[in-house]
Amino acid sequence: MENILEIKDLHVQYQTSEDTNYALNGIDLNIQKGETLGLVGETGAGKTTIALSILRLLQSGVGQIKSGDILFEGKSLLELNDTEIRKVRGDKISMIFQDPMSSLNPVLTVGDQIAEAIDLHRSLSKQELSDMVDSTLELVGIPKSRKNDYPHQFSGGMKQRVIIAIALSTNPELLIADEPTTALDVTIQAQVLHLMEELKQKLNMSMLMITHDLGIVAQICDHVAIIYAGKIIEYGTVYEIFDKSREHHPYTKGLFGSIPDLTVETRRLTPVKGLMADPADLPEGCYFHPRCDECMEICKNKVPDSCGMGGEHYVRCHLFKERQV
Amino acid sequence: MSEKLIEVVDLKKYFKTRQGDLHAVDGINFSINRGETLGIVGESGCGKSTLGRLVMRLHEATSGSVYYNGTDITKLKGSKLKELRKEMQIIFQDPYSSLNPRMTVSNLIAEPLNLNKVYKTKQETEARVKELMETVGLAPRLINAYPHELDGGRRQRIGIARALALNPKVIVCDEPVSALDVSIQAQILNLLMDLQDEYGLTYLFITHDLSVVKHISNRIAVMYLGQCIELASSKEIFANPIHPYTKALLSAIPVADTSVRGKKQEILKGEVVSPINPKPGCRFAPRCAYATEACTSCELSLREVEPGHFVSCRLFDGEK
Repeated sequence: MENILEIKDLHVQYQTSEDTNYALNGIDLNIQKGETLGLVGETGAGKTTIALSILRLLQSGVGQIKSGDILFEGKSLLELNDTEIRKVRGDKISMIFQDPMSSLNPVLTVGDQIAEAIDLHRSLSKQELSDMVDSTLELVGIPKSRKNDYPHQFSGGMKQRVIIAIALSTNPELLIADEPTTALDVTIQAQVLHLMEELKQKLNMSMLMITHDLGIVAQICDHVAIIYAGKIIEYGTVYEIFDKSREHHPYTKGLFGSIPDLTVETRRLTPVKGLMADPADLPEGCYFHPRCDECMEICKNKVPDSCGMGGEHYVRCHLFKERQV
Repeated sequence: MSEKLIEVVDLKKYFKTRQGDLHAVDGINFSINRGETLGIVGESGCGKSTLGRLVMRLHEATSGSVYYNGTDITKLKGSKLKELRKEMQIIFQDPYSSLNPRMTVSNLIAEPLNLNKVYKTKQETEARVKELMETVGLAPRLINAYPHELDGGRRQRIGIARALALNPKVIVCDEPVSALDVSIQAQILNLLMDLQDEYGLTYLFITHDLSVVKHISNRIAVMYLGQCIELASSKEIFANPIHPYTKALLSAIPVADTSVRGKKQEILKGEVVSPINPKPGCRFAPRCAYATEACTSCELSLREVEPGHFVSCRLFDGEK
């Protein structure tokens, strides 16, 4: 399979007046054409930083890409100048932000906001532009009669549809969805996920799905990458990651142990103990070792390499070193 | 065990708005037994939090009663009401905004103790604060920390310690874990369940997260637009949901299991209608796949369709 996006050994730091936060510490990740990659992790793991790095939206002066490269369709995104990256952003690569309530402009009608995105990337006549807005709205299931309404006249689920409409209006090759349904109720979430899945098929897009909800991952992603403290600690096809007969990274096990299972009766959950590593003060060796139940001597001073577990499944943990030989 | 500690009878709360009355809670009946956890589930705007606050009398009910240990608390006044406050406590949803940023951990936990003049000396209060911190799993070194120095999980532990300070019998948990990451969420859920075992607490657990509510509740009430539409034991609700809304709600949860991938799920159409001046009849009818004309005209109430399983749906009126 051809890769649409390749991230190579990406290091990103946030520099504040007090300290340096090591947000991404060597990310290697590929997204194949037409697939959905799920990126899973807790708050502060670096999920959103990856998304912002791809679009070069890191806050200038604070967030810096220290090393590594991001290739989109074989070309480096990091070498583009401001004008060039603006042509990619919102056209070839679009992003859906997390909070539908705050990512729309309250003083513009939704029609104008969709038109703005198209107008920036396509030179169309007024009539063509208006037709395109109508068809985009219909694509996401909003009657075109509502294009002159303002965001506050829409409910949360409808606003998220407008955001999706803006992101899809230019037929992007790659859609980055940053927790697109976290702010929504479950029945509305189901509608939005269903819509995104349908549109992905229709428009033949690739998707990077950022989420902390393992349920969503199991239902719509093709590959899964689990991120902890700015490193991918496990990667595989969705079937490999959710296969309980396979061995997994202790953190992955902890994540699964944290969600109450609807089918099994258990009195206690088995979460990971402790807290997410502080990105300003990362531990030596494996970043996860202070929280790990299976921590060994080697884990405290040596960063583990990625080990192949068969198939496309990789785990970054010293426990599985032998298998590689 | 089966002694009723709280009984809610035809409880209503209407908020006045410019467009008319907003029926936030509209005729709810249920009871909670001592030591039990009753889960309240529903989508945003269905009146869950208003209900929780009515039960604690943080809102004044429009009509109806809440009985605690046999007394109607909606009519209590003065010192009697203050006594009641000690028995019932609440844990709020957002640990980031429910703690005063200018108070230290020890001040925050001591506040309910001082307000109620529980102890005469500072030493006694401090000893109790330390004890509470240990109970909820806060390290003693954090005693002089401010909320902004702590993460969400630890802040929520402060909220829990505050709620526990006066040895309450009932705790209303209003989405206590929804602002937290999954691993922290699991830690807090374990803590809440341990505390219940240790102190025999009774919980009214409000959440929109169905997997959390199944895990922690003995019985579950499903709410839709201010009304309770289904009430049963938590096993029963998940094994045998009856109301079309409950069914849709359950099938909408993405399951962390690849074997059910691509299965056709029932996706609800439309959205919750406005709770202002609702139309008579079943409030779920506009979104319901099984709705008939009769659904919009009849008055509905909870009926026991199986022992302990109550449903408010016209489709099940005739049976049993």
